[in-house]
Amino acid sequence: MQIARDILLRSYRSMRTIRDFEERLHVEFATGEIPGFVHLYCGEEASGVGVCANLTDTDTIASTHRGHGHCIAKGVGVDGMMAEIYGRSTGVCRGKGGSMHIADLSLGMLGANGIVGGGPPLICGAALSHKLLKDGGVAVAFYGDGASNEGSTLESLNLATVWQLPAIFVVEDNGYGEATGASYAVAGTQKARAEGFGMPYYECDGTDFFSVYETAGEAIRRARAGEGPAMVHVHLSRWYGHFEGDSMSYRIDGEVARERAERDCLVNFRRRTTEAGLLDAAALDEIDAAVKAEVEQSVISAKAAPTPEDADLLKDVYVAY
Amino acid sequence: MSKKSFRQAINEALRLEMRRDPRVILMGEDVAGGRGGTSGVTDAWGGVLGVTKGLQTEFGEDRVFDTPISEASYIGAAAGAAATGLRPVAELMFVDFVGCCLDQIMNQAAKFRYMFGGKARTPLVIRAMYGAGFNAAAQHSQALYPLFTHIPGLKVVIPSSPYEAKGLLIEAIRDDDPVIFLENKVMYDDEEDVPDGSYTIPFGEANLTREGDDVTIVAFGRMVNFANEAADRLEKSGISCTVIDPRTTSPLDTGTILDCVADTGRLVIVDESSPRCNLATDVAALVAEEAFDALKAPIRRVVPPHTPVPFSSTLEALYMPNADKIEAAVKSVMSYRMKEEA
Repeated sequence: MQIARDILLRSYRSMRTIRDFEERLHVEFATGEIPGFVHLYCGEEASGVGVCANLTDTDTIASTHRGHGHCIAKGVGVDGMMAEIYGRSTGVCRGKGGSMHIADLSLGMLGANGIVGGGPPLICGAALSHKLLKDGGVAVAFYGDGASNEGSTLESLNLATVWQLPAIFVVEDNGYGEATGASYAVAGTQKARAEGFGMPYYECDGTDFFSVYETAGEAIRRARAGEGPAMVHVHLSRWYGHFEGDSMSYRIDGEVARERAERDCLVNFRRRTTEAGLLDAAALDEIDAAVKAEVEQSVISAKAAPTPEDADLLKDVYVAY
Repeated sequence: MSKKSFRQAINEALRLEMRRDPRVILMGEDVAGGRGGTSGVTDAWGGVLGVTKGLQTEFGEDRVFDTPISEASYIGAAAGAAATGLRPVAELMFVDFVGCCLDQIMNQAAKFRYMFGGKARTPLVIRAMYGAGFNAAAQHSQALYPLFTHIPGLKVVIPSSPYEAKGLLIEAIRDDDPVIFLENKVMYDDEEDVPDGSYTIPFGEANLTREGDDVTIVAFGRMVNFANEAADRLEKSGISCTVIDPRTTSPLDTGTILDCVADTGRLVIVDESSPRCNLATDVAALVAEEAFDALKAPIRRVVPPHTPVPFSSTLEALYMPNADKIEAAVKSVMSYRMKEEA
């Protein structure tokens, strides 16, 4: 498959932005300046970006507690995100959501979500809107292997098929639901679950942008054409703990180091695109430098930004009350 | 204007709003019924108690459709659809079933706007039946409005009559926030004069169904009827009562409650929900805090015991607040004498 150069460059930039954003958060979190919980997406970048490279602002996604990557992949700006994570009034949610609730409905980003399995039912609703309003959009639920065991997720697979919704269920399978292995917690297979609910099953390597882009692209094309929902099972690995501060005592020594060395989506992307002559290294270097500066600036701006006003406490509970 | 049942009033509100706004859709378990059945009959039930009968026939299967028995997914879908351009009315059938989908209401729909810094609108209505008196036992009889009232981001409506139901439901559908609309299942055949056209009743504005000098009675939903009955009887024995129907528990018209208590100095609250942390407790706390000086007697709550709703008619009658219990409570506050006066 030939992928347009601008899509390749944009996708690389998104993946690099996610990586730098998350690596920087890992460092900043350790200083104690970032409040609350933070769950990092490092290692999984090609999944969110590979899926979202097939989407437009008309399409909707729902994310998870590990949502920074999906936000960036869907176009949410890092300045607003960083400020949000620092709890500042300049944040994308004005400091009232934090890491787990970053959303921008104008971009079709229906929110990160603090509840495991929260997104799939919402995505059925977004898909219903796309279908009934006939705007040509599709809706994508990202969720982990952990959330794949939630009743809300399984109900949503059923509902999406019953209503023939333009919905795509992307299982980001990093092998762990918090500190419990999927090999223990997931009965049967994702494939059997998809087929059990009457929808096609696709799988791909979540460390390979091209694999995700093409596989998700087929599922999205079907859904857009009115052919119904599908499941895309993405195999990947998370490079940090469930949350920042997790010692990961449940993983053997060297597991993450090996993933970093052998399955780095950015390294793989660079090698593949430059060796095939699709992109030149200088263009990628330029993106690396620009992203580095952008993330640096986002931290500086966030730290300097004001915190919310006292009056903000009572605002925006309702449209009107 | 003509006599209409509570059931007809709700059906008419839905019909008028669906004609007015194509984004209004209706979903729920058997809101139409019949899909996938062997007879091929559509709109077979129109809701388990016939409240939505005929709507699918008028508006078609794209706007009125059945769901699987799968509350988490379809209530969540209704929330997601509301956040992305539709105005869904989702029927939960019995409010007791909220146990299967509370996350989607409490953690998703109710919180979008605040969590997202004011950028979301979730024009969602969830209709559900509540209340005891139907021999429906512990899992089909609860009055769970305190649960929803407790959650910031939700509005909670409890209509007390057909007229109220129609105006409040139209208001709910036009509202841009998530609204829980609770219908007392015992009242579907109650009738009164209801205008044929469209009208709205604003949220947070209580209705005074009786006005008197001696005791203020605050009652919710079906309890308003019992309170009126008690007030009419008491009038004959020389005790005049104000009866307040708050109409909505969130927002709550605290101003009217406090004004009336300032006038009468006595307060009885009638609430058919479980007694701990219910609306009676909430209103009692409000008055104790804001109108302590006005009180001539302790606040009395007419509420059920802290038990599940029983099945047997004998026990269910014992469980429920009724006009006799309200009358007794009013008489007790009227006969109360402060210690220094005793």
